[in-house]
Amino acid sequence: MNAIWLPWLFLLVGAVATYAWRGLGVMLSGRINADSPVMRWVAAVAYALLAGLIVRMIVLPAGALAAISLVDRVGAAAVTVIVYFLARRSIILGVGAGAATLILLLYLRNGV
Amino acid sequence: MSWQRRSIHTGLLSKRDHRSGCLARIGRYDAGKTPFTFTEPMNKPARYSEDFGSVAAARRQGALAALAMPAVVLGASYLGFGAFVRQSGLTLPQGVVSSATGWALPGQIALIEIYAVGGTLLSAALAVILTNARLLPMVASLMPVLRAGEAGPPRLRHYLIAHLIAITGFAIAMQRAPQMVPAQRLPFYQGFGITLWLTTLTATILGFFLAGMVPLYVTLGFVFLNPLYFMLVFIADLKHRLRALALVFGTLLGPALHLIDPEWGLLATGLIGGTAAFLIDNMRRRRGRGWRQ
Repeated sequence: MNAIWLPWLFLLVGAVATYAWRGLGVMLSGRINADSPVMRWVAAVAYALLAGLIVRMIVLPAGALAAISLVDRVGAAAVTVIVYFLARRSIILGVGAGAATLILLLYLRNGV
Repeated sequence: MSWQRRSIHTGLLSKRDHRSGCLARIGRYDAGKTPFTFTEPMNKPARYSEDFGSVAAARRQGALAALAMPAVVLGASYLGFGAFVRQSGLTLPQGVVSSATGWALPGQIALIEIYAVGGTLLSAALAVILTNARLLPMVASLMPVLRAGEAGPPRLRHYLIAHLIAITGFAIAMQRAPQMVPAQRLPFYQGFGITLWLTTLTATILGFFLAGMVPLYVTLGFVFLNPLYFMLVFIADLKHRLRALALVFGTLLGPALHLIDPEWGLLATGLIGGTAAFLIDNMRRRRGRGWRQ
């Protein structure tokens, strides 16, 4: 397969896999119970998969993030959570503080 | 006070008081003449409490609602996504197309991440299918609220607006739309969704350029916005038992299964962790309800 087309193929698959659920949702609208066992299982699988993905991106990241030490990554995540609760559950302040912490830590270590 | 005194004497309300109480309850009693009336339950709006006046105004108000907090939070996240796209070796058009067509950040991140680690198309497809399956019940339950009893099968505009339904808009619309005049709900969401969507497209572009202009350590800070943002979104969700269980299992299994098998670890995490959470939640539900039913 041509390497130039590969990313586009990924994007096409992503678009189809995303819209298919929305289109199906319109078709079934009003006829589906979000609290039915199948739907609750679907939600549980999505949450477990996403939690796995997010933790993996923090603990075992791919690409450039892998060059950052584990201590810095986990430290920034910890600051995020602490500021989030201190700022009365403000997502924007928590995330901002976490990213700023990471940038500061990397700067203090003279870049990556 | 006088009501209480009387009931101690007679054990009953006087005939007059009793009757007035009944009338007040069904809403025909003159509110000015009695110290306590029940003409309108406090928590139920008098028909639709939100009326923007016109369809165009509803669309404008939807756009303004999006520009308040959602655009800031999601904009910051998509700034990170744009940086992430560049760091993953993809181009600007590819990043924009991802945000435009696959609009749902978790699925987009999963897709790019799997592409970046050299995963196969099949595992990327399955990961996006599993992460975005939650959109089906979301759309299916929000659409009747937006259509508000409008008869007939869904039309093209409903299929188009469905593309703009994701967790942020869903949460806000489920909260506010039921109070709106029915004919203004869809326009409100159009204004809201399109504004939010355009904001994220702009943020994707900005993030991509930013990642090329600032030093690497700043870029990495932006890329890191993505996991940090979703971590907080999930923490906010921990009150919900099923989700909390799924998140805990996913957190524990994710890194472990990734080390065992990088290609299928993520999917296995979702399927095993999600199913385990579902089964435990079912058990607790049955036990919790058991003797009441």
